[in-house]
Amino acid sequence: MPLSRRHFLARSAAIGCSAAASPLLSPVSFAAAPWDSRLVVIILRGGLDALDMLQPYGDVNYAGLRPTLAGGPDNGGLDLDGFYALHRGLAPLMPLWKQQDLGFVQAVSTPYRNRRSHFDGQDLLEAGTSGLGQGGDGWLNRMLQNMGGVENRTAFAIGQGEMKLLHGAARVSDWSPDAALTLSPQAKLLAEQMMQNDPLFHGALAEALELSQDGSMMLGLPASDGRMEDMTMPVPTRGKSHLKVAEFAAEMLRGDTRVAAFSINGWDTHANQAKGLGTAFRRLSDTILALRGGVGDAIWGKTAILAMTEFGRTVRENGSRGTDHGTGGAMLLAGGAIRGGRVHGRWPGLAEVDLFDRRDLMPTADVRSQAAWILRGLIGVDRAQLEQVVFPGLDMGDDPGLLW
Amino acid sequence: MFSPVLAEIRFGCGLSPDLQPKGSVEDILHRLAGPDHMAIAHPTADFDSFWPQSTALKALRQKRGLAEGTDAYDDLNAQYKAMRREARFEHTRWFGQIILRHSQTEDGFRERLALFWGDHFTAQGKSGLAKRMGAPYVDAAIRPYVSGRFADLLISAVTHPLMLHYLDQHKSIGPNSRVAEKSSGQKGLNENLAREVMELHTLGVGGPYTQRDVRQLAELFTGLGFKPKTGFQFKPNMAEPGPETVLGTEYGGDPAQLEAIHMVLADLALHPATAQHVARKLVVHFVSDRPDPVLVGHVAARFRDTDGDLAQVYAALLEHPAAWRPELRNVKPPLDFIASACRALALRPAHLNRMAPKRLAKGLLLPMVLMGQPWERSNGPDGWPEEDAAWITPQGLAARMRWAMLAPRQLAGRLPPPEKFVETSLGGYADGPVRFAARAAETQAEAIGLVLSSPAFQRR
Repeated sequence: MPLSRRHFLARSAAIGCSAAASPLLSPVSFAAAPWDSRLVVIILRGGLDALDMLQPYGDVNYAGLRPTLAGGPDNGGLDLDGFYALHRGLAPLMPLWKQQDLGFVQAVSTPYRNRRSHFDGQDLLEAGTSGLGQGGDGWLNRMLQNMGGVENRTAFAIGQGEMKLLHGAARVSDWSPDAALTLSPQAKLLAEQMMQNDPLFHGALAEALELSQDGSMMLGLPASDGRMEDMTMPVPTRGKSHLKVAEFAAEMLRGDTRVAAFSINGWDTHANQAKGLGTAFRRLSDTILALRGGVGDAIWGKTAILAMTEFGRTVRENGSRGTDHGTGGAMLLAGGAIRGGRVHGRWPGLAEVDLFDRRDLMPTADVRSQAAWILRGLIGVDRAQLEQVVFPGLDMGDDPGLLW
Repeated sequence: MFSPVLAEIRFGCGLSPDLQPKGSVEDILHRLAGPDHMAIAHPTADFDSFWPQSTALKALRQKRGLAEGTDAYDDLNAQYKAMRREARFEHTRWFGQIILRHSQTEDGFRERLALFWGDHFTAQGKSGLAKRMGAPYVDAAIRPYVSGRFADLLISAVTHPLMLHYLDQHKSIGPNSRVAEKSSGQKGLNENLAREVMELHTLGVGGPYTQRDVRQLAELFTGLGFKPKTGFQFKPNMAEPGPETVLGTEYGGDPAQLEAIHMVLADLALHPATAQHVARKLVVHFVSDRPDPVLVGHVAARFRDTDGDLAQVYAALLEHPAAWRPELRNVKPPLDFIASACRALALRPAHLNRMAPKRLAKGLLLPMVLMGQPWERSNGPDGWPEEDAAWITPQGLAARMRWAMLAPRQLAGRLPPPEKFVETSLGGYADGPVRFAARAAETQAEAIGLVLSSPAFQRR
């Protein structure tokens, strides 16, 4: 069962910020975290095409703009609601849609709306600010800074890539499923001494050793007493890396972890989009299903997965059966806490006058306000904090109703 | 100011027990102006002769597909698998050559520049054998141009088949071209390469261009293509007719010609925003994530004054006192970390060349995945991050330390005495705790591993 917001707010009003230390909280579910719901943020790097994930086949202009890429039920898409069809690469998620555990928000974007650079687009998406260069931390970290009782393991950035949305003053863990470091006691001591005057190295070492001590972080590797012979060369264990990440995330979320963030790449589709997106959607579906299976029913009920991308793509197909960088994109939402089985957001239309810059899907909402409402409902973050600190300068507007 | 040891560490491939550090900036620049000894001594493959094999593999796969269910299948399948395995082994061998170049060179700045420009002009194959052809691309399109005019380097990289393939340029068709007119269905532009040329290769993401400039450049670029068998080819039938205006200047006309594309690239190469963008990137890469604006300004000015003569641009970087602050700041990315460790361990070419491909992959290539830098597989055309914090994560550092403790024995055979190794690998940068660690570790492998794990070794 999802934790209701009212329930949470009543409780946090009673105990203030020191939720984790409060005797009012039972050790069962509130052992190390100040709230009980789970949030997973997946950054889809490369600019996912909103119009191919969520095919607006009911729009009269759609098919004409996409000579080879048009979807819809006649072209293999899975009908959702008579207007939108789902890309067939996401077919494995249809059961979730039917259970109302899968939803979407169409036509959203960050305030990044004119230059179309992936790298700046991602930086802004993760910073959560209204413009570039307005501070070095990410919105998810600022949310954690604002919450009481946050500890190292409350939030995890998973994988080898950087997750800027978790950068900042709040303590978070950075880890990858097969990264364990086992050192002999002597080597550990010597390494710590060597690095103690270099904060970057010292911090990373301390966290690596701490996380490696915890058997659960080692994903199937045998426990070690730190002898040299126990150490193995750093080669990736077999298996698909996105699944390893999802399984690791699920394992952490079953415990004290409340927030997990990682990325899935491969959404830049300038050419042969059909092939490229098929592969990427398969990875995304597998990831969500692995999370679903990994956390189990009870936790799934209070989980929200938020998959977001830096921008959308051009409405018109280009000359190489692909699409170029555009503006309005879509969010995918999953989890028992999500009000799924529907496409949220306001559809702007595809007539030329309705497009952004006459080429892109017009954003009808700020992606940050959607994320903010989820933080508000799922975790109980205060609205003023969201508008002033987490997403500085944001007007959240009305509740889009993304959660039950 | 200049110090030979710092020069090897910051601008070269690190210290080697076998090779003397260079005595002066002039010496470094002089060697860079001379022949590329390492490319000759430790070759990869000639791109143009390797490229057709990609087509051959594809043809074999198709033939195998048609033979499914017949007696011929097993034989074709074996051939196909052998060809793929051979390509995988070759790829691993090329990485070994790159490690050997770093280990053996007296011209380390050249190796660093090859990595720097290879990353600036990231191009990756997307399917089949093309996926493995990054090293021959860098050797053909980048290395010969690293100390010439930036314009020539730009033209070489941007018109190379692997770049055209990576950024889909060869599929971009002028909407009014002859090819478009003759065929039914939608034929049009792909603006991927045009955008990255402006954003990444020349003006920089904040540069003075608009979406309209990107679009016009994409139209001007139509016709850039290649043939699978013979390499680069300009295809006028695919080119958009008529002139295009990029940053206020008109290029091309009828008939479309390659010269107009060379002209726009040469102009973009000389733009003041390009000078600034390239200067900043060089300073960030070689000196610090937070570049000294005075140093950037100095390098950018030389770029402008010499019309992008890269040898002069490097001279400006190397002559400036701000480039020689003794404190080590930047973190070596995984490739540079591994390569400089192999150099410090005096890896023998014969030993490495004798190693089985699988062992070489396990010792060198696969560890890079957990260090966060799978070779030739960056996330996008912007290449690898420069920020130190992107590399020294708990998981990245753990992978480096595991490698440092276990790989040297496999790669180098005999390990050097740790107390000597700490001197030959760190020079004056060996501080008390590192010296102590080299002495106090319980095993020789741990001692060597700890020295390589020290911030002094991992920074430059």
